[in-house]
Amino acid sequence: MNRAMLEILTDREWLWGGAALYLAGFLLGTVSLLKGGRPSSIVMYCLIAVGFVLQNAGLAERGHAVGGCPLGNNLELFQFTAWSAITLYLFIGVTFRTSLLGYFTACLTAALTILSLSIPAWDATRRAHIFGKNPWIEFHAALALFSYGVFALLALTSILFVLRIYSLQSKRIGGWFSFLPSVLDLDHIGVRLLLAGVVLLGASLAVGSVYWLRDPAKVGAGMLITAWVWVAYAAALAMRIRGKLLAKRFAWTCLVLFAVALLSLPLIDASRHPAPAADAGVPHERP
Amino acid sequence: MSSSSIFVIGANHHRAPIEVREKLSLGPENATALDAELSNLPGLSEFAVLNTCNRIEFYGVASDAEAAERVEAAFCARQRFDVAEFGKFRMDLRGREALQHLVEVAVGLDSQMLGETEIFGQLKEAYAAAQARKSTGPVLNRVFQKAFQAAKHVRSSTAITVGQVSIANVAVELALNIFGTLAEARIFLLGAGDIGEKTAKAFQSRGAASLTVSSRRIERAMDLATQLGASALPFDQREAKIADFDVVVCSTSAPGTVVSAAATAAAMKKRPARPLFYIDLALPRDVEAEVASIQNVFLYNLDDLAKIAEENRAARAAEIAKCRALLAERVDGLWRQVEPQLASIAGRNGSGPPA
Repeated sequence: MNRAMLEILTDREWLWGGAALYLAGFLLGTVSLLKGGRPSSIVMYCLIAVGFVLQNAGLAERGHAVGGCPLGNNLELFQFTAWSAITLYLFIGVTFRTSLLGYFTACLTAALTILSLSIPAWDATRRAHIFGKNPWIEFHAALALFSYGVFALLALTSILFVLRIYSLQSKRIGGWFSFLPSVLDLDHIGVRLLLAGVVLLGASLAVGSVYWLRDPAKVGAGMLITAWVWVAYAAALAMRIRGKLLAKRFAWTCLVLFAVALLSLPLIDASRHPAPAADAGVPHERP
Repeated sequence: MSSSSIFVIGANHHRAPIEVREKLSLGPENATALDAELSNLPGLSEFAVLNTCNRIEFYGVASDAEAAERVEAAFCARQRFDVAEFGKFRMDLRGREALQHLVEVAVGLDSQMLGETEIFGQLKEAYAAAQARKSTGPVLNRVFQKAFQAAKHVRSSTAITVGQVSIANVAVELALNIFGTLAEARIFLLGAGDIGEKTAKAFQSRGAASLTVSSRRIERAMDLATQLGASALPFDQREAKIADFDVVVCSTSAPGTVVSAAATAAAMKKRPARPLFYIDLALPRDVEAEVASIQNVFLYNLDDLAKIAEENRAARAAEIAKCRALLAERVDGLWRQVEPQLASIAGRNGSGPPA
């Protein structure tokens, strides 16, 4: 898609289009479940895939405007996290064969994208060229956000796990509980996602640390918050591998950690130094 | 008249009690002899025999009005069963009703265990056998093939086959909800009761990795283990070895519990990340109720399984009307195709035009 095609709509309009399709996927799935049926995985996959294309268009247009990966404000951080989760779902979610994963992915990404678009303050400041001319720092930030996408998928898997345990313990396995994957499958997926997330976020911090070590004065609260998020996830992984954090406790821990990770995004954004181009007037609307 | 040109006669579980069905059941030798006899029966141009533990049914295309009665007489003579007595249990359907019955049988609507799928395979075998002996023709070929298509359509469009309705299959379904696959699941059968044995067999038929049997009488455990192709374990080692298993099926007649929460907790320390599933089919119960509160342990007793089976049965029953509506459309369409064929047969034999 070239620049001219992208500018048919504003970046926010593209992003709203993506969010609307994610929401449609969620609503369609909800209706199917309420009727006692299984959400159509093909329809769900198509809605999410088309939503993903629209979101990509919005992020690409935004990227052109800010001259880099669009990670300059809360809207962009939440959009990028949702984008990462969708990327993972589209490319590796199928191999997990978890039938309700698409439904929950649509639910989470609809929530993240609609929330980010609905709060004007989150998009009031648009920082351009925030990574200067250092591609490694941009890579660090993008990789960190991508790992948040992995953690988002882990949180969804954890919700499925909690529901599966609830269904087995309450002895209600019929209805839409019958569409849930097995306990063991969800547990295996959860461990693999946690491992992937910890490795990605660790790599992101390693890349970032090379830059920050040269100039320790520039180490901001954002970097420290991200490091703490990594430490918490790494500790959960270590405890899971040692058999100290299992089953429901493991799932709940992953859910709480993701909530903390999400809440840390506005803190990271608030801790950033205003970029030189922050007031440079990045256009919000179509020129 | 065309409506008497296609028929189904026989007896099934709806009207014939098990003692009668035992007498009516065709053994292999009698079945072969009867097939040969029916092949030469005057007025019978096509036929197929469905012979299962719950039903003996003859599907036929008659070119004269008495052919169905001749089939009945030949069958009763072969089974040494009084024809008048057979009349008390007989099902006799003609024309469109016969088609409706066939598709309902194929879907499992007519089965004792509503919505079961085994009958579909049995019907296919019956048709294949009839084809092999060349006793089907244009009418029955069309009717059976369309019935199979209709059954597949109804089963995929409704929830008639959703959920298990027997205790053993519910237990297997629960295990699948926990383990995903049984390929690595090690099954431990504690007690040699009938229901436990059935459940163990259900696990084996679904590909369980291994089966071990333990009973208070070691010789009984060894007999059952030999019969099931399993291994036996002394009863006094049961608790010490629990960690080696994934699914424990309990069906002893012990007066008290035979698996304690303490032994289970100790077992889970050896395998904390792998779930353990207890199926307690015994009365009084074999497994201490406190076991259910241990992390990664799931405990289901007989009542729990029976309740799920009953819920599934009710859910299937709620689909009957929907199934029948879908089938009615298919049967109407099929009848419109078959009627001219039957008229042609009737015309050839001078038995009058179709009704």
